[in-house]
Amino acid sequence: MNGNKKNFWDLINSISREIIYTILGIVVIIPLLIGIKEEVQISPAVEAAYKTIESLDSTDVVIVSIDYDPSSMPELQPMLKAILRHTFENNIKVIMMAFLPLGLPVGTEGLEEVAREYEKVYGEDYINLGYRPGDRAVMIDMGKEIRNFFRTDVNDIPLDSYPMMRDIHNYNDIALIIGLEHGRVGEFWIQYVGSRYNQRIVLGVTGVMAAETYPYLQSGQIEGLIGGLKGAAEYETLIKKPGFGLTGMAAQSWAHIAIVMFIIIGNIGYFMTRRKQGRL
Amino acid sequence: MKKRVPLLITFITGFIVIVSFFVPHRPFGALETETLIWYSIILGFTLLIGVDSLVRLHTRQIRRKKKGWWYSIVFFAGFFYCLTIGIISLIRTPNPFQPGTVFFYGYETILIPLQSTMFALLAFFVASASYRAFRARNLDATLLLITAVIVMIGRVPAGHKLWTRLPGIANWVFDVLQMGPMRGIMIGVALGAVAMSLRLILGIERTYLS
Amino acid sequence: MLEILSVWIAGGLTLCIFSFLYGDNPVYKFAEHLYVGFSAAYWLIYVWHFTIKQMVINPIAARDPGAWMLIIPLFFGFLMLSRWLPEKYSWISRWSIAFTVGIGAGLVTIGQIQGLLLPQLRATILPLATGKWTTNINNFIIIIGTTTTLTYFYFSRKDTGIMSRFSRIGIAFIMIALGAAFGYTVMARVSLLIGRMVFILGNWFHIVKPL
Repeated sequence: MNGNKKNFWDLINSISREIIYTILGIVVIIPLLIGIKEEVQISPAVEAAYKTIESLDSTDVVIVSIDYDPSSMPELQPMLKAILRHTFENNIKVIMMAFLPLGLPVGTEGLEEVAREYEKVYGEDYINLGYRPGDRAVMIDMGKEIRNFFRTDVNDIPLDSYPMMRDIHNYNDIALIIGLEHGRVGEFWIQYVGSRYNQRIVLGVTGVMAAETYPYLQSGQIEGLIGGLKGAAEYETLIKKPGFGLTGMAAQSWAHIAIVMFIIIGNIGYFMTRRKQGRL
Repeated sequence: MKKRVPLLITFITGFIVIVSFFVPHRPFGALETETLIWYSIILGFTLLIGVDSLVRLHTRQIRRKKKGWWYSIVFFAGFFYCLTIGIISLIRTPNPFQPGTVFFYGYETILIPLQSTMFALLAFFVASASYRAFRARNLDATLLLITAVIVMIGRVPAGHKLWTRLPGIANWVFDVLQMGPMRGIMIGVALGAVAMSLRLILGIERTYLS
Repeated sequence: MLEILSVWIAGGLTLCIFSFLYGDNPVYKFAEHLYVGFSAAYWLIYVWHFTIKQMVINPIAARDPGAWMLIIPLFFGFLMLSRWLPEKYSWISRWSIAFTVGIGAGLVTIGQIQGLLLPQLRATILPLATGKWTTNINNFIIIIGTTTTLTYFYFSRKDTGIMSRFSRIGIAFIMIALGAAFGYTVMARVSLLIGRMVFILGNWFHIVKPL
């Protein structure tokens, strides 16, 4: 009997990684296959982001900065699409730019897709400036004149040939900056544009970065914060346009429960083994 | 020439950026604008350093027939494939990064799946590490563990189903409980960064010249 | 047809990377090297299109006032590559590096002071008698969390005095912050996995709604 017990706790303590990988794979796949729909609770940080964009006028222009690449696409691409749907729905004009070398094409794809949905015209309703190296330098100089760095758009066409850009020169003409971030560029927007030019900023960040971005929200340096896929799902709920964020929520829930179970099982095994060894 | 000129360049450029912040008028404002454009252009070339070192490394591997040298051929296959479709798109269209170009096609087919899957792998490792290493060995580890579990469950729909107040508690963790330490860490790092920057500008820190 | 081929190649490469779960293997290494090679050339196209063409050649070609001066940073940019030349010439790359280090240091100094230190310190000076007891307690926790964490960083020497106790509380707060960050990190990693699974099940095998 005693021997059996020992075996059981040993077993609990030595689940192979293959089993853990398989369980995680299953709990992610099944909800997707069944198509379980989940409702999400709206957090104040995401609601603040929504309200900030909702408060803009149809004459306003926003900058959407693509500061991520395919490595964090599942988190930030749904956020981009949800935000663009919100801005285009309210007839807000969008200037897109990118600070990550590998990120521009994914941003462009998202922008073109949503612009098509809302029948928006390039150069009148939205524009794509492309990428520039030296994020902080670009941000500071754009505060004086956007053309210092972007004399043309991504297609090599001078900015002045586009109707929407004729009166846009610096941050005085920009109502809000929306940064979608998976690195430090979001902090740069806050430090070099928010503080220096008193510019309003909303950030959408990956889950990895969310915790460290909260102090900027509390200090009022950003007006809203959308964190991770859950944040994207919340935003989709607020604009009433379900997308990938909400699709993934059931799988996200199940996977989190599985990982918490792993932690609990791991700890039970650990404590029982120590107890038997007389160390507890 | 080898040490003094770079030190002087660092001092002058750092000085221009700081002074123009306090005195944004002539000549500093215009000088800052131009200097930042130059900085951006030069910084753009740092990407080339990375490319250059990779090409050199893999050429060496193939030449010396080192173990696994055929992977270096795969490197060059990917390299020349991307370069070719990039050049074709540059000739054909003003913007090779636009969906629909052959360059974007390559990006969508190769780069997106490879890069995003590499990071998706981490989910499995995180799960495995949670089981193996996440132990409530002492008070500190227990605090870490409890907070992580509250966030993990409270931030997904399951948390609300489990206990309706859990999402609120998770929000409170972010808005209040972790706010202080996160801010403390940020302030500590910022003080260190400012000190290091001043050392660089004043020429006390010179390791970047070695 | 091309689209189908694209999805199949992307799906195959996705599986190549997932094969790493069974350990390092030739299939994974193949995909890894393909990724690095593709990215390297991708950067070249980037540098050409955005840095050399859009930032240097186009302004010069359009005869923008003073645009010819842009040849100087272009020259400095190419100088960076001299670090691979023999020692006799490689020192010249230090000029370009010094330029970027100087500006970078200047930017960090002003950015961190104006954009982080001052506003974050200001945001920590919170009222403790607001008339609402929950706000008072929350504000108190934020103040204590910040100050004890800083105490831990700057007064962590062995001491039995009040500072030591303060920094001990700081450690507890730091653990809470790390726990919160870990919780969110798990969420991030799982989201990426969901993204790939939806690609496999949706875009590739058409079982669920594609991305």
